[in-house]
Amino acid sequence: MKKRKNTIQIPTGSKIFDIFNYIFLSIVGILTLYPFWDAFVVSLSPIEEYLKTSIHLWPTKISIEPYSYMLNLRELWISYWNTIIVTVVGTSLNMLMTIMTAYVLSKKDLKGQRIIMFFIIFTMMFSGGLIPLYIVIKNLKMMNSLAALIIPTAMSTYNLIILRNFFYSIPQSLEEAAMIDGCSEIGILFKIVIPISKPAITTITLFYAVTNWNQFFSAVLYIYDKNKWPLQLFLRSLLFENDMAYQAGGESLFMLGQPMKMAAVMMAIIPIMCVYPFFQKHFTKGVMLGAVKG
Amino acid sequence: MFMEAKVLEKKKTRKTEIRSNNLCRYFLKHKYLYFMLLPAIVYYIIFHYVPMYGAIIAFKNFNVSKGILGSDWIGLANFKQLFQMDKFYQVIWNTLTISLKRLIVGFPTPIIMALLLNEVKRTTFKKTIQTAIYLPHFISWVILGGMLVNLLSLDNGLVNGIITAFGGSPIGFLTDDKYFVKTLVVSMVWKEFGWNTIIYMAALLGIDPQLYEAAIVDGASRWKQTIHITIPCIMSTIVVVFILRLGGLMEAGFEQIFVLYHPGVYKVADIIDTYVYRTGLAEGKFAMASAVGLFKSLINFILLVLANKMSRMAGEEGVF
Repeated sequence: MKKRKNTIQIPTGSKIFDIFNYIFLSIVGILTLYPFWDAFVVSLSPIEEYLKTSIHLWPTKISIEPYSYMLNLRELWISYWNTIIVTVVGTSLNMLMTIMTAYVLSKKDLKGQRIIMFFIIFTMMFSGGLIPLYIVIKNLKMMNSLAALIIPTAMSTYNLIILRNFFYSIPQSLEEAAMIDGCSEIGILFKIVIPISKPAITTITLFYAVTNWNQFFSAVLYIYDKNKWPLQLFLRSLLFENDMAYQAGGESLFMLGQPMKMAAVMMAIIPIMCVYPFFQKHFTKGVMLGAVKG
Repeated sequence: MFMEAKVLEKKKTRKTEIRSNNLCRYFLKHKYLYFMLLPAIVYYIIFHYVPMYGAIIAFKNFNVSKGILGSDWIGLANFKQLFQMDKFYQVIWNTLTISLKRLIVGFPTPIIMALLLNEVKRTTFKKTIQTAIYLPHFISWVILGGMLVNLLSLDNGLVNGIITAFGGSPIGFLTDDKYFVKTLVVSMVWKEFGWNTIIYMAALLGIDPQLYEAAIVDGASRWKQTIHITIPCIMSTIVVVFILRLGGLMEAGFEQIFVLYHPGVYKVADIIDTYVYRTGLAEGKFAMASAVGLFKSLINFILLVLANKMSRMAGEEGVF
């Protein structure tokens, strides 16, 4: 296809390429979303309808029973609430810490800035590992509390570097002008740096919020009380442990049919699906700054 | 002579005095800045450097009641035991092979996607496709795993439904150890290929449009423009991303495997991280698991340093 374009100035080759390109990209887009659509269709199917066939391209009969079942599940709401707390409190803490630190570290001439930067970046290259961190958190008496899901992840070095580089790229003349007008260093942060960096800050807020919403492995490690489970951990037990029980000869798969599981899945991703397209226009800038310059 | 030396010494001390005085004044002047740095320093010490220090339990006979400091040193005994275990080599092999397969499939895909997206002139179409392919990146492996089970299960899964409709026999994508790693690789690409195009899209945005204008005047076709302008312009990004991926070779996708694996596929899918988790926290062999973890951290560190060197050699700023 592409070779035909070698003959210069023949738009037909170019046109044919365009058509194939559009078709190909559409197929890729649809394939990427298809698992989501399939989950959605299954979540709307009555269980008998689901078991009849394997190929569910669209809902043949609609039942809201899976959703009403999930909506009435107390454990779901408890875990949902825990996740909301972790996301809201966690993300606020993340942003507070990250903005403060990134601002200070973006001061090129500040004494000690380079050393501290080195110590922070070093943690990206070397870590003590899972077990020592587990022991630290145990010793801090954070086990089985939501704090274990918030404080140990109070900052992400990666996001810190993105934001620091963004602050770094703000022209110094702006800050100097403010300084002459009698603005303090803190004042500059709030009056100049933050307003200018809105795209970077919103992107990073989203990154943090999604990470907090999705985090489950730290909950596997630190939370054993079901009433403190975050949503992801609840879903994991709902989606996978029942299957294991089924494989081991139990009957739980049919007690909690696939439509109900998929209803739970839909309920967990709807908040993310609603939010992230609005942030999309900022992604390119945020990722570029962090990843290329590091 | 003697006097002179004394005077000199006096001068020196005065100088250092002034310097330390200046330093004090400097800190005072910027006290708010340093104060703002404090929480981060405390955070990094407690949650990164203390665990780094805690990794010394790999060299100890760790006893919960005695704690990290009180436990007895046993030197390299844990490592010796580790190097004698077949399981250890198996998990390293699995980590590296899974990670290499991810690299081979997962590295070129976003580049090709970004180049194709770059050829699209209609912004709404481009935005729609981008929105669609970014989505899985934002969803946790727990949920994506649930969807994979929904799609790939032996009974009532769509993919096996299609396979049987065409007369094939159903495949245990998630249960059969012949297919499990393939499923891991493909589903990882599904989750991340879209998101990974972003960095290339950013690089593409940075290309000077005048280059294309000049090429068009010279009569270069779009294919030629891609080969002679677009790809050379994003080459440095491609190199940096590739080097970084090499540096992350010890990461084989812990969360994904942790959600999807089961004893039936341990032979092919048990990686260093899952092994550390199981021996350390499920079996309670803290010291042993730390030894494995420390071994991984060390290899990781070496890989990253090498990657950084390579990136400098490739004419890029070091990544770190």
